[in-house]
Amino acid sequence: MADTTETPGIAVQSSFAADLLDRFRRSAEYVVIPLLALVFSGILFSIFLLTLGKSPADFFSLVWRGGFGTSFSWQNTLVRSAPFIFTALCVAVPARLGLVIIGGEGALVLGGFAAAAIAIPMVDWAPGFLLLGVMVIAAMLAGGLWIGCVGALRHYRGVNETIASLLMFYIAVSILNFFVEGALRDPSDPNKPSTRPIGSDNMIGAIPGTDVHWGLLTGVVLCGLLYLLMNRTTFGFAAQIAGGNLRAAQAQGLPVGRLVVVSCAIAGACAGLAGFFEVAAIHGKANASLIAGYGFTGILVSFLARHNPLVIIPVAIFLGGIAASGGLIQRRMDLPDATVLVLQGLLFLVILVSETFYGRFAIFRSKGGVL
Amino acid sequence: MSVTQFADPEFRAIGVETLGMTKVFASLTALDDVSIRVTPGSFHALLGENGAGKSTLVKCMMGFYQPTSGTMLVDDSEVEIPNPRAAHACGIGMVYQHFTLVPSLTAAENLVIARADTPAVIDWKSERRALNAFLETTPFKVPLDVQVSSLSAGEKQKLEILKQLYLDQRFLILDEPTSVLTPDEADEVLGLLRGMTEAGELTILMITHKFREVTAYADDVTVLRRGRVVDSGRVQDLSVEEMSRMMIGETEIRESAARVDQPEKALKLELAGLFADDDSELPAIEAISLKIHAGEILGIAGVSGNGQSELIEVLSGQRQPTDGRIFVDKQPYEPERDQMDRFKVFGFSEEPLKNVAVPNMSVAENMAFRTFDKAPISPFKGWLSPPPMRKRARELIAAYRVKTPSTEEPIENLSGGNVQRAILARELSHEVDILIVANPCFGLDFASVAEIRAQIMDQRNKGAAILLVSEDLDEILELADTVAVMSEGRVTYQSPMTETDRATIGHAMAGHH
Repeated sequence: MADTTETPGIAVQSSFAADLLDRFRRSAEYVVIPLLALVFSGILFSIFLLTLGKSPADFFSLVWRGGFGTSFSWQNTLVRSAPFIFTALCVAVPARLGLVIIGGEGALVLGGFAAAAIAIPMVDWAPGFLLLGVMVIAAMLAGGLWIGCVGALRHYRGVNETIASLLMFYIAVSILNFFVEGALRDPSDPNKPSTRPIGSDNMIGAIPGTDVHWGLLTGVVLCGLLYLLMNRTTFGFAAQIAGGNLRAAQAQGLPVGRLVVVSCAIAGACAGLAGFFEVAAIHGKANASLIAGYGFTGILVSFLARHNPLVIIPVAIFLGGIAASGGLIQRRMDLPDATVLVLQGLLFLVILVSETFYGRFAIFRSKGGVL
Repeated sequence: MSVTQFADPEFRAIGVETLGMTKVFASLTALDDVSIRVTPGSFHALLGENGAGKSTLVKCMMGFYQPTSGTMLVDDSEVEIPNPRAAHACGIGMVYQHFTLVPSLTAAENLVIARADTPAVIDWKSERRALNAFLETTPFKVPLDVQVSSLSAGEKQKLEILKQLYLDQRFLILDEPTSVLTPDEADEVLGLLRGMTEAGELTILMITHKFREVTAYADDVTVLRRGRVVDSGRVQDLSVEEMSRMMIGETEIRESAARVDQPEKALKLELAGLFADDDSELPAIEAISLKIHAGEILGIAGVSGNGQSELIEVLSGQRQPTDGRIFVDKQPYEPERDQMDRFKVFGFSEEPLKNVAVPNMSVAENMAFRTFDKAPISPFKGWLSPPPMRKRARELIAAYRVKTPSTEEPIENLSGGNVQRAILARELSHEVDILIVANPCFGLDFASVAEIRAQIMDQRNKGAAILLVSEDLDEILELADTVAVMSEGRVTYQSPMTETDRATIGHAMAGHH
């Protein structure tokens, strides 16, 4: 409805300073709205606690102590954050293309399984670095192919990528179970069906001076690399065009199919890495413990971070802290472990709703207003 | 007049008046104290540019919007219109630019279900009798038992009007009713409506920007600009020049570029037997073969929906052809990025936010779609450097006079004319050999239209081969060197512009060939 009658000749000159100010204004929006959403979900969750007769103040102070209060809780938090970072990247990379992939858990499971499966025949003779190298490649390939398939189905057959990736998660779990309960089952472990262990000598150790394994650092570096890929490469730019408007991308002759499949494969490889670290740094073998819901928390992390790889790091640590405090809360407040999941669910809902508020607040807009 | 009209039982038209109608959206005053008076039985034209407030005004009258202030009178008594149903109850109906009929039902079914009081079980026999009796009273003739999807655009438009009459709406608002019709169909529909107003059966308020329709059919005209009434009066007292000046104000309009003769006419672009399907996999274009030479504008005229958009999509890589070839400089051409660059193929189209731009990306980014993978924005392969991108955007913004607060503004926040100028800057700031253009001026204000047409002519004069698809026949007549007409997915007529005229092209558009 805007009055669009223009007077050519008095066009606003776009200056360097105005552009800079404008970029700052816009970024402020991306900080303030998620923070408000966090506060709001905190309030909702407090109401939930009050109806149970528990003190919200106790809860949040326990979250602080359990997640961030001591160096021990910090390390616990960081260990839990690592898989969140990888699985969040599995959501963030395709999101650039407008794809909503929620099956990162499947790629994680398969990545972990592939790493363990390829390690077993090599355990007896291969040196540790070779073994780990092969495991990394196997995990990334398995995850990449898995989510890459989702992208190919999406682009070439029009299959909804959200549903496909979710359903493929169940297939991935079945594949894992099929092998660890069958051909690859370790006969010496009567309790939990697992593959044979890769051997404690071959496992990835902790970052010196901490209990935190190298997965966290790898994840942080990967976030930086993928941030560059998305924002400083022609690939990322082309992906953004294709994600924003498919028709525009086609009109520019961009190879949309390749962008979709490659982005999905990168995403899957990230989740596969999460599986690798679960096997090589935590469990030492592949079994049902891989299915721990990290892939699903990763969705929440990525959405909270607005699919920005750099923001994923602090958000993953934040949620890692909440997860780490679960045990303490259970013991001290006599609340079930799942309470933390209620908080996560509320957070996700509020974040999704807050998406609709972008662009609604005049304070974040340029002085020129809507032209 | 007012005495006789009440005496005459046949005089059923109603009059509508708005007093001080004002509508404020957030920071924008879309309507500012608009008072118009449409007398019973008159044919009233509402003129104005895009964004002048015409749609806002009629939406307030129809109850889609609540005016911030102002009142509305129907037959001189004040009425409240809280929603469209209330408008219908007052006898006010609207025919929209795009069809609102159910395509899978017949005309008769469409009419009967449109009624507010359709019974749960329809007694078709008595309904048909009532329908036939009703049709006797109107001059519009539409086949009743054919599925609406197989009616022509003209018949559909007549059916839309019939529907309003059947619902006994005696004040009809028409929103650019002829935009989907051939010139002949437009004349027929408007002529019939004119007859009904003269007989006192109907009052018409028609939104339009076609002066020809105003001078030929309307009694009165109201001109809106920037949400205000500029003037209102008898059409016969106004010249087209006066009306056009009222519409655009003091804005300077760029003169159209002169056509420079092109001595050398090398064949640039050749389409050889192109076939393609539409989204429902039915044939949309069949055996399209065209040749376009350097320095030539080939204009493709036709009523909307005859395969033009599918043709453009095939040429710009948005749709796979099922058969046929495209040749550029006698070499096979596929609309892929490297070939677009090599053969210097560019293009733009209507509704750029939908077709060729990414709405939530910034102006600078949208302007870089052609150049982001080349130096200086990409200093080495694969890498992208934002500062040169912004620098280039600033240059283009100045050169093409794009009105934007900054290079970082999401392009969707710009006005239609400025979005199109930004796209023009992107596509025309290179050496252009081939230009593929579809309805470039659709929905834009006069100043932008004149500027865009001049730019297209400039490119022609510089030797580009231009394919121009347009639903606006005047645009084809102004720009094209050669005209082709598309009807039902085929090119049914082709002629040099010097050897044809509006009437001949109009007949070809209607399928008489």
